[in-house]
Amino acid sequence: MELVAFLECLTSASCIISQTAGGLKIGMLLFLVASGLTLVFGVLGVINFAHGALYMLGAYFSWQVMNTTGHFGLSVLLGAIGVSIVGLMFERGLLNRVYNAELLIQILLCYSIVLILDDLVMIIWGDEFLSSIGIPEIFQVPPLFVLDAIIPPFHLAIIGLSLLLAIGLWLLMTKTRFGHLVRAAAVNPNMLEALGINTTVIRASVFVLGSFLAGLGGALASSIGSVVSGMGNSILVESFIVTVIGGMGSIGGAFLASIIIGMARSFGAIAMPLFTDGIMFLIMVLVLILRPHGLMGDKK
Amino acid sequence: MIKRNKHTRRTVIKNAALGIGALSFSAGFPSILKADDNIKIGVPTILSGRVAQLGISVTNAIKMAVNKFNEEGGLDGRKIELIIRDSRAKPDEAARVCRDFINSDNVDVIVNAEASGASFAVQEVIRESGTLCLHTVSETTSLTADPSIRAWNAFRFSRQGIHDAVGSAKYAAKIIEKKGIKKWMSINPDYAYGRDSDDTFFWALEKFAPGFELIGKGWPKIFQPDYTEVITKIAREKPDAIYSSLWGGDLVSFIDQASLYGIFKNTEFFAINLADYTTMNAIRNLPKGLHSATRYVAAWPDTEENRAYDKSYTDLYGDHPTNWSWEASIAIDYLINALKETGGTDNKKLAEALKGKTIPSFMGVGEGNTVTIRDRDQTITNYSIGWGTTIPKEPFIQDVQAANWDTIENLEEEWLTNKGWI
Repeated sequence: MELVAFLECLTSASCIISQTAGGLKIGMLLFLVASGLTLVFGVLGVINFAHGALYMLGAYFSWQVMNTTGHFGLSVLLGAIGVSIVGLMFERGLLNRVYNAELLIQILLCYSIVLILDDLVMIIWGDEFLSSIGIPEIFQVPPLFVLDAIIPPFHLAIIGLSLLLAIGLWLLMTKTRFGHLVRAAAVNPNMLEALGINTTVIRASVFVLGSFLAGLGGALASSIGSVVSGMGNSILVESFIVTVIGGMGSIGGAFLASIIIGMARSFGAIAMPLFTDGIMFLIMVLVLILRPHGLMGDKK
Repeated sequence: MIKRNKHTRRTVIKNAALGIGALSFSAGFPSILKADDNIKIGVPTILSGRVAQLGISVTNAIKMAVNKFNEEGGLDGRKIELIIRDSRAKPDEAARVCRDFINSDNVDVIVNAEASGASFAVQEVIRESGTLCLHTVSETTSLTADPSIRAWNAFRFSRQGIHDAVGSAKYAAKIIEKKGIKKWMSINPDYAYGRDSDDTFFWALEKFAPGFELIGKGWPKIFQPDYTEVITKIAREKPDAIYSSLWGGDLVSFIDQASLYGIFKNTEFFAINLADYTTMNAIRNLPKGLHSATRYVAAWPDTEENRAYDKSYTDLYGDHPTNWSWEASIAIDYLINALKETGGTDNKKLAEALKGKTIPSFMGVGEGNTVTIRDRDQTITNYSIGWGTTIPKEPFIQDVQAANWDTIENLEEEWLTNKGWI
């Protein structure tokens, strides 16, 4: 443990700003993916282990659109929309058949989709990792210096966009009729059906929204990282940790947990560089012991 | 009526853990069927997932050499038959695949194209069975240097960590002298190879340029998508130089992300695994002036033989060879030589034929452009190790300086003695 370095960091404004900005960026990208996972679980009761594969597809779709059109915004948007369409096909074609099945059957189905998609992208785009799609020209400028802390403008854009999406998601779920129906479907779908609401459409919509968020996360990640088959596996594990810490099914919990994980990784890299992943799991274990339903999850 | 699943938190987490475990599970399939009179070679490798490119570039190189051998008539009419199987980079799966090769397929030789973790698992399988094994990818020094791991029937044809470390440190010492570098940081993948590379590089650097200050280390996980936390750490510490053994897509992501912070403007970056075509092609804007070892580039060694090898491979597969390709090519060249010399597949005779053998090679820098399988530890020496600086377009690397093998072997001996391995 590098305690001295950590304490030095805590007494340095530039270090605190730099690590906080870094942690926020990590957390916000993670939130995009984890919010989709927790949303799908909250409403459908399904742990979508194919969520990471959808994230990967978002990166590949985005890469393809970027290489065809050269337009960053379009590539990110179409990447996410493309994944939504795949998500709709997955939910309508396969997943809805196992809603009432044992959990292991659901996981097996999702895992088979992971394997198929991992191999499919290699067949279509090749076995080599692909270069990132790059960042928009407007952000290809020298980084900002805030009290000697370096912050890339593109990271601020990612943080801002993710915050907007988080607010949008919150408004959607709490202030709209659709959100009320989704929350009702999560609590008592039978009652909703008895009232004449088409829960099939609600479930499909939720899965499409979850897929969109996964795809968007992948598309944004492809702007600053290589694109490769299997890239969704590690983000899936982190998203699952976020979901458990935040409380399964809680969007607000996922937001809070994502920031906690982002900060843990950012400051953990200074305090315990060999144990940053361990810190995440440690937080999860502590939450499970002290607050088993998660920070903002429903006790039931 | 809709039935809601009554998943409790515990069942969900338990089954989720099973799901994560399932993500790691895999099975392989034979790619080429066998015929009984052929010389059978089993190749465990990685053909799926994030590093599938490793297995594919290795098997391409192996097939290129084997096809040529078979077309020329084989060994008195006996042709080499390859059985290639996917381990998905899992040590237990690589071991299982090898046991199948030995027990079910009755292979004559195993050409192991697994990364370090799985290579150690393969080593234990072949030690038990006594099957001749040619390691073609693993660079972790202890595989052949540590007497407790070494096996009479295992030979290494890949780069070795300690060799690269000494070559790298010698080059870095020259840059230190030229640019007055004092403060170092390192960023290495958090597994056996990364730690080995970090230890050996700074140990060797202390020999050539004592007095530097190591102010911090970053240990990102292998295949980590986001390097922000280590990059902000670098930005805060402002080192004069960084050493890194990140590789493949991880190195690409790191360079792309670190560029956003302007890290490479004021910091000398020494990346041992950068100068491989797949990596350099994938970096969005390859910064000029990064320091890299020559993993595999057609421009180095600057010989007709090397350019001819690059052309043969590129004509066949439409892409340049990788570092793993040349390692596998040399392994097959050695095997074919030994087969011809012994006239059969007796593993003990083949092993004797391989030990201490020197052959000409496009990657050789020994006398007459040769490489040697050192008798003492059955590992390759006198292969090309060079360092240079990057340029954004082909040939990607310039001002290459060759490492001196006398220096490498002298310091290697000291290191092995310190370890108690000789």
